[in-house]
Amino acid sequence: MTTTTPTATAAPKAAAPEPTPRRARRRSRRSTPLTIAMLAALAYFLLPLFWLLIASTKSTQDLFNSFGLWFSHAPQLLTNIKETFTQDDGVFVHWLLNTVLYAVVSAVGAALLAAAGGYGFAKFRFRGDRFAFNLVLGAVMVPTTALAIPTYLLFAKAGLVNTPWAIILPSLVNPFGLYLMRIYAADAVPDSLLEAARIDGAGEARIFFRIALRLLGPGLVTVLLFTLVATWNNYFLPLIMLNDPDLYPITVGLASWAAQAQNGGAGASSDMLALVVTGSLLSIVPLVVAFLMLQRYWQSGLAAGGVKQ
Amino acid sequence: MTAVRRRRAAGPLFVAPFLALFLLLFLAPLGYAAYLSLFQNRLIGGNVFVGLDNYTQALRDPQLLHGVGRVALFFVIQVPLMLLLALLFALALDSGLLRLARVIRLGIFVPYAVPSVVAALMWGYLYGPDFGPFAQLSRDLGLPAPDFLSDGWMLGSLANIVTWEFVGYNMIILYAALRTIPQELYEAAAMDGAGAWRIAWSVKLPALRPALLLTLLFSVIGSFQLFNEPNLLMKIAPDVISSSYTANLYAYSLAFTGQQVNYAATVSFLLGLVIVIASYAVLLTANRRRTP
Repeated sequence: MTTTTPTATAAPKAAAPEPTPRRARRRSRRSTPLTIAMLAALAYFLLPLFWLLIASTKSTQDLFNSFGLWFSHAPQLLTNIKETFTQDDGVFVHWLLNTVLYAVVSAVGAALLAAAGGYGFAKFRFRGDRFAFNLVLGAVMVPTTALAIPTYLLFAKAGLVNTPWAIILPSLVNPFGLYLMRIYAADAVPDSLLEAARIDGAGEARIFFRIALRLLGPGLVTVLLFTLVATWNNYFLPLIMLNDPDLYPITVGLASWAAQAQNGGAGASSDMLALVVTGSLLSIVPLVVAFLMLQRYWQSGLAAGGVKQ
Repeated sequence: MTAVRRRRAAGPLFVAPFLALFLLLFLAPLGYAAYLSLFQNRLIGGNVFVGLDNYTQALRDPQLLHGVGRVALFFVIQVPLMLLLALLFALALDSGLLRLARVIRLGIFVPYAVPSVVAALMWGYLYGPDFGPFAQLSRDLGLPAPDFLSDGWMLGSLANIVTWEFVGYNMIILYAALRTIPQELYEAAAMDGAGAWRIAWSVKLPALRPALLLTLLFSVIGSFQLFNEPNLLMKIAPDVISSSYTANLYAYSLAFTGQQVNYAATVSFLLGLVIVIASYAVLLTANRRRTP
């Protein structure tokens, strides 16, 4: 099952015109009760985000003194954003840039490694290939956080703790990504095409980078996007690996601000709370936008992982 | 001849970079944890080999057992609820009966793009007694405020956060799988007189098996290593969430607060083992049921 198939079969299904007119009429009948039920569910999922948006326009005092799900009399979103960016000499900007750096390097690296590995396992037979692949597949079930503490201890010996590498290196190995790319490569890269290129005298590296990688594109983007999200959202690993606030990604930074806001008595006197709330809003905007723009990719990619077992 | 030989050599070269990092960053830490778990750092005598002593200690450690028990309970309650919701939403989206289907699908999925840290902070504030809207509303109505952060509610409150984060993700996996069911199957079923519910039960559900299994496996792995949400709510409810509330939280506090490196490695290793065993148990039960 290639990931192009779901979209291919989905397209005619979504389009209204159908062979017989009677079917078409039945298809166009919408259910109002079901729509209302789903809109209620939707409200649950959007409620916290709506609250966050409203809360970002408030001062800490207003957070306590006005109703949470509506604006106060003095909205100050821009002031809050400015204060978030300038607090502690602009450490929030550092966190944002760190997060982008960690997430992008990890995602590109992990996607390329998984693509090369998946292609190698799908298109070549060599001694031990089965064993090696099963070893990686078994690792899909090993939880990353169970690995984090031992990895920290190893990295501490190697002097890698408290450097960007401590976050990037563990994120490069994505066993599920390799599994996904192997499935994808098996169908998306035809053997006949590879043979033809070989007969034309192309080297294996050239075939991979010039031909295979292009055919693997959608799968590659899927692994890229999911590693990006995983690294962007990662909290446990940077929490244990880093102790220099200038190296924090946004998750650990926000958590440290939240702890400060809490220790400040949690009262209206501390103005950290407004910064935590506004910082939270600012940190989710890029990913939400990326997901909405790239939805074609993650949907088809998820289909590939979910269909073939 | 040389071309054939070069081609044989190419396969290992493509997989080598991944496997090298896999060895260094996956197998080596696992091996190191296993090695560390066999030693103890004592005041007198320094680092001593103790065999399986750490494991016998861990298996009788009430804090660890409670932590594992709590995540197991969390798994048993939260995961079926989350997957059932995801399944119902996916079937509703696929039924073609919805207006605004696209908006609904994306809206339910959006929480997946929210970091769990932000999700836990947001819900923590929403739950809170001071400026959480639920407490505000109950105060306005003269009712006692629901104490979502109390001992009795906490596990449910955590389950709600995790459900909020992951229903959309699971829904998309299931929905994508539904879209791959060939149209002819529906036509054949309709020809045989099957209604919408019958089609959902007899055609769609069996076709969803692999996707459901995948979501279930990811959920096993996710719930047993529960850490971020309790770690953040701990700061607003320190009396309810102890440093050993979940197994992973316990391993963390052992390593970084207690400095008990060897014991922390043991707990990590055991937790990993529990998750692998639970995952295989899920796989085996699923596969056995397939061949009745």
